[in-house]
Amino acid sequence: MKILVCISHVPDTTSKINFSDNNTKFDTNGVQFVINPNDEFGLTRAMWFKEKQGAHVTVVNVGGAETEPTMRKALAIGADAAIRVNTAATDGFSVAKQLANVINNGGFDLVIAGRESIDYNGGMVPGMIAGLISANFVSNCISLEVDGTSAKAVREIDGGKETVSTSLPLVIGGQKGLVEESDLRIPNMRGIMMARKKPLNVVEPIDTNAETTSVSFEKPIPKGAVTLVSPDNLDELVSLLHNEAKVI
Amino acid sequence: MSVLVYTESEQGTFKKTALEVASYAKAVAKQLNTTVTAVAINTEDTSALGNYGVDKVLSISNSQLDTFNAKTYADVLKQAAENESAKVVIVSSSADSKYLAPLLAVGLNAGYASNVVETPSNTSPFTVKRTAFTNKAFEITQINTNVKIIGVSNNSFGLVENNANASAEDFSPSISESGVTVQSVDKAADKVTIADAEIVVSAGRGLKGPENWGMIEELADVLGAATACSKPVSDLGWRPHSEHVGQTGKPVAANLYIAIGISGAIQHLAGINASKVKVVINTDAEAPFFKAADYGVVGDAFEVVPQLIEKLKAFKAQQ
Repeated sequence: MKILVCISHVPDTTSKINFSDNNTKFDTNGVQFVINPNDEFGLTRAMWFKEKQGAHVTVVNVGGAETEPTMRKALAIGADAAIRVNTAATDGFSVAKQLANVINNGGFDLVIAGRESIDYNGGMVPGMIAGLISANFVSNCISLEVDGTSAKAVREIDGGKETVSTSLPLVIGGQKGLVEESDLRIPNMRGIMMARKKPLNVVEPIDTNAETTSVSFEKPIPKGAVTLVSPDNLDELVSLLHNEAKVI
Repeated sequence: MSVLVYTESEQGTFKKTALEVASYAKAVAKQLNTTVTAVAINTEDTSALGNYGVDKVLSISNSQLDTFNAKTYADVLKQAAENESAKVVIVSSSADSKYLAPLLAVGLNAGYASNVVETPSNTSPFTVKRTAFTNKAFEITQINTNVKIIGVSNNSFGLVENNANASAEDFSPSISESGVTVQSVDKAADKVTIADAEIVVSAGRGLKGPENWGMIEELADVLGAATACSKPVSDLGWRPHSEHVGQTGKPVAANLYIAIGISGAIQHLAGINASKVKVVINTDAEAPFFKAADYGVVGDAFEVVPQLIEKLKAFKAQQ
């Protein structure tokens, strides 16, 4: 089985979010970048398929050279090869088209992407890839087993979960549950050394149109100070929620 | 040319989010000087949509659509959009709508903006405001394609009444094959889900153990709220993963979010930031959550919550 894991290079979850160039660009000053958490759960599941079922795992990213340390980390975790599509990831649809092109050229059976990236939160790339390459698709995937060309997956739905049967070629939008937090791997020295020798192929992008354009960013209006209510006067809290906030 | 909206139902009744997206669609239709057409699948009585500005309903009745299937449903919506020559298609932020929207976008070759929180600020170029960076910021996005898809963030627009006809028309799209088959659905029937809830009651490690969740569930019951939890609580296995809210868990966009014994790590606050009013109950007055909250009680949850339940019961009894 040939697996492609799509990796977004995103600000660490603890990052302070600021913008530059008149609020049109994300300010990367002092920001640490990591593998998108939803993608890392998928990558770790892919390692399981590699070790137990002999899968070959390639990781891919659409982005500039600045994303390469993140890709090397994915190789150090255990991916066999990496591909970087050499263009800025400007909008979800274009990224999906670039990735669909990589998949069509590489003949992958299973594509594991994260449910959404934690920066733009578009949540559209996995589904669009599936649509573009006419593969089966399971979103919000919290469990995945593959046996030959058959697959069984569990999808998180509002208020529960749904078990589905499907077949390869398959695209999933993964999230926590594919593996647990405690299963995530920190690259060891041997992995880091080996990652240096693994291939990281840079491919040039295909032409795409920008279906959507990011115009600018805004930060939420800073909150006013909290109104403290004494634990001995909870009637006041009920009254504030009813009369002032009007939420009960 | 009308604005098309997908109005989801469950067991024949429209979900609250369906009425919200209908309200939103009406506002967009006003901007574009056009009408609203809703797509309703296996919903016998579609008249409720008229109260929220829907002019026409494409009513689909087909047993092959009894179980949600993203590919099949996306294909049905594509046919509806083409039938109406819709230039704007509106969906909700439910798990199902978010599942089908990217497939529909490919089908219609449409630009798709998800998590949109306001009506378009401009219709030419078509410009919307959406949340990004897990609610730490907003992104102003322009959709450049001829057909546009908008995913409306839950509870961002609310229900707005507008009288219209909601004249129902039978619609019989062709049903496509899907390579994904649902085997079983595991869902608590009588529980409010985090996605649909107007009020969410959430608790953290301050509760000391899973055996102490009885009062959290009781508080949620009194308020008709969904229950949620912080990441450490789900990692410890005290509560199911499906209740974990935050950056890597579920986002919450409730009208009221009550956090009990949750300190307020930045990842947690990001996940719940889209909620309108936040209340924190914590023994530690220095907990970061107090900086993000509207109302706070510095006190022991084991004393405050049972009292709050009694006060709320008394309040509800008077209503």
